[in-house]
Order: sequence, then structure tokens, then C-alpha cells
Amino acid sequence: MIKIRGLHKSFAANPVLRGVDLDILAGQTTTVIGGSGSGKSVLFKHIIGLMKPDAGSVLVDGVNMSALRERELYGVIARFGMVFQGGALFDSMTVGENVAFGVPGRAGMTAAAIQELIDHSLSQVGLSGISQLMPAELSGGMKKRVAIARAIAKRPAILMFDEPTTGLDPIMADVINDLIIKVSADPGITSVVITHNMASAYKISDKIAVLYAGRIIETGSAAEIRATTNGIVRQFIEGRATGPIPTG
Amino acid sequence: MPGDSLGRISLNFVRASGEIFLLAGRAFLRIFQRPLNLKLISSHLYLDGIKSMPVIFLMSVFTGGVLTLQSFYALQRLGAEIFTGSLVGVSLTKELIPVLAGLMLAGRVSASYSAEIGTMVVTEQVDALFTFGIDPVKYLVTPRVVALLIMAPLLTLFGDFVGILGGKLVAVLVVHQNPNLFESQLFQSLELWDIVSGVIKSVFFGLTVAVVGSHFGLKTEGGARGVGRATTTAVVVASVIILVSDFFWSKVLPFSLR
Repeated sequence: MIKIRGLHKSFAANPVLRGVDLDILAGQTTTVIGGSGSGKSVLFKHIIGLMKPDAGSVLVDGVNMSALRERELYGVIARFGMVFQGGALFDSMTVGENVAFGVPGRAGMTAAAIQELIDHSLSQVGLSGISQLMPAELSGGMKKRVAIARAIAKRPAILMFDEPTTGLDPIMADVINDLIIKVSADPGITSVVITHNMASAYKISDKIAVLYAGRIIETGSAAEIRATTNGIVRQFIEGRATGPIPTG
Repeated sequence: MPGDSLGRISLNFVRASGEIFLLAGRAFLRIFQRPLNLKLISSHLYLDGIKSMPVIFLMSVFTGGVLTLQSFYALQRLGAEIFTGSLVGVSLTKELIPVLAGLMLAGRVSASYSAEIGTMVVTEQVDALFTFGIDPVKYLVTPRVVALLIMAPLLTLFGDFVGILGGKLVAVLVVHQNPNLFESQLFQSLELWDIVSGVIKSVFFGLTVAVVGSHFGLKTEGGARGVGRATTTAVVVASVIILVSDFFWSKVLPFSLR
């Protein structure tokens, strides 16, 4: 379980997170939605320990991420599988090398076992037979799927997705949604998705949290969020330009 | 106010100096942490060292040649042209080749380090490394530091040899000096320490190029423009450090051990 309490973060004099409180339950898919500049990516980086908060804490199974020393942090972060917005595939490596990159105990594995793992992970995301290609040869959707294959190859306990459907056509976005549902189906996996795509949030989430102006202003199931009476949340989920959220 | 911007510039200078110094220390300490990524080190030895040889060759042969040409005519005014070989040998090995090779590496290698690492930063590849439990300094900076700590002195020795050869060619073919005179003067005055002190400087210059290029790469912000800015800054800062520190190295290292 991930427990976020009173998380504050400012850059220069600009506060981005102003006291985020959120529980991410084990075995569930929790989606954080919010507009551009709401602090989603900053929250994401705090959860994985890439940023230190000005105040507050992120507890991952009781471990305070911001209190860890660098070496201890590398130990905890090994339990996470990350899918970055642009894929973040290592462009100097083949697809296969990318997928096998973070596999624990790889040094002790035979070449055949590593190849089997690569093939299995790529087949999970529907991309068999591309392990020799370079990332530059892939489309945007393929990059996202390879990034998911790379994340699941290390058998993580927590899967994190940063804007997984951004920049994809609606059909490919739905392919990614189905993949997230498939890889998160394992009850041992906790998934956290950051997105502003409501179709995606409704489809994949056990719980949706709405981040606005640096705070979580509402949480609930997809049905509860659809039925909300909060004006700010309604404007966001309906995608209206007019309402309480300033657009200038 | 001018005072404010002067204060800000001073603060940025002190902060960047501290960060570069710390990165150098962290990268160096990680050399002794196993495992060392030999595959990456050998790749950098080839890409940044071996592939720099053509440009070091050209720089050295023409520097040696032009130094001989100018020294010969200047010394001729004093009737001392027989000392051309002495002057060229000491100037090249002690000063010109280490500094010019350092500047060449700053232009070629520092730029490529900051651009490559900077692109990895803006495309989140460095964040991805971190999430695989891999220390970006050990993975990205240490192999580059090791490669240049090895290659910068080797390239300097290569440049010394080629520079002297270029000097001798000009001495013999252009100003028609007796080849034996050029050589005898060169070996009579050139000490092993002249070469060693140049090599000592080159180790520091190699470290500077690797750490400064990596530092500005890791600090890149803001997409393609940020990568361009980081690359330019890395080349300028590495070049300035090389030129300024060369003066202090020349003060610190004794001129002769005799």
C-alpha cells in the first residue's frame, strides 16, 4: 500500500503540491486525473522517490521514501515497474536489450533464458518478433507497448504509468487500456496511472483521484466520479471550457 | 540592478563549481565499486579516444610545423636558429600539445557527452535508469571518466610524437635545416619531465572534459533548446577550465627536475 500524507512541493516561489493526501490500495488500479499543470507528474516523481518533498511523506509499505538514503532508495525502487510518457526506451539498445535491462538476476541467467524472458514479455504486449529492432524504428504505440513489456519483465510489485495513452490514436489508446487491465489483473500488482484521458480512467480504474491546484479534491470509483456534484470535477470530466476552472 | 545580477552570476558560478567538483568525486569513487561496466568503458575508449586520433593528428602535425617555422625565423634574427629543435620540443610536449589536445577533446567529446546525456534526460531515459535501481552517475559518468583518464594522456603522447615529427618535416623540407641538428638539439634539451608534466596536465584535462560534459548533460532542462544550450555551455566551461588551470599547473609543476 502507498500512503501519501500532507505532501507539499514548491519550485522557487511557485507551489505545485499543496498538501496531497491519498491512499493507494494494494492490488488495485488507482488513477490520478488532473489538468495540465495540476502537479500530476510532480506527484508521480515523489511516489518513486525521484523528488524529495518540502513537507509530508510518501510511505510505500510503511517505508518513507524521502527518508531513505540513496543506496536504500535503489533497493526499494527495484520493486517498481515504470512506464514513462514517451516510453523512455534506451535508444542505444535494441528492443530486446531494453526489455531485459532491469531484470533482476540477469547476470546469472543463460542467454537462452534471457531471450525466453524477452520473447514472453513482448508476446504479453502483442509484439512478438521485434526484439532486434531499435526504438527509433518503432511507432509511438509500439514504443508504449515495449515500455510496458520492459516494466513487467522485472516482475514488479507496483506498476506506474505516466500518461500512457497521450499522443496515441483512440484505437491504440484502447489497446493500451486493455494492456494495463491485463497486466494489473494479477492481485499481487498495485497499479498507479497518471492521466488526463477520462475514457481511459473510467475503463481501467478501481479508484480515481482528482488532483486540482496541488490537492486531491475528490476520490471514488469510476461510477462515483461520473456522478459527482463537485463543479470543478464535473467541468474536468465533461471537458468543458466554461466553469469554475480558470482557462486563461 | 547590476549588483543583483552580479550576485546571481557569482552564486551560480559557485554553485556550478561545487556541483562539478562533487560529480567528479562521486564518479571517481564509483570506479572502485564493483561491478565496473567494462563494455561501456571500452565503447567510450573507442568512440571518444581512438576516433579522436585523426583530429589530434592534424592538430599536432600542423602545430609542430607552424611552431618550427615561426621559431626558426624568430631565432634567426638572433643568430640562434640552431636551437629551433630545443624550443619546439619543449614547447610542444610541456604546453601546446596537452592544452590543444584538451581543447580538441572539449570541443569533440564534452559536446557529445552533454548532448547524449542531455537527450537522455529530456526523454526521461535517465529517470528510467533510476527506476531500474541503477545509479545514473555510475552508469553514465564513471565509464566516461575512466575512458578519458586513460585516453587523454595517450592522445597527448601521440600528439607529442606527431607534433615533433611535423616540426622536423618543416625544419628539413621548408627551412632546410640539417635534420641531424634539429634532432640533436631536441634530444639535448628535452627532458623526460617535460613529457611527464604535459601528461600530468592531460589527465586533469581529460577528467575536466568528461565531468563537465556529463554535468551539463545531467542538468539539461527544456527539450531540444535545452540540449543545445547544455552542449554549448559544456564546451565553453571545459575550455575555460583547461586554459585557466593550465596556467596554475605550469606554476605548480616545476620547470625541470634537474
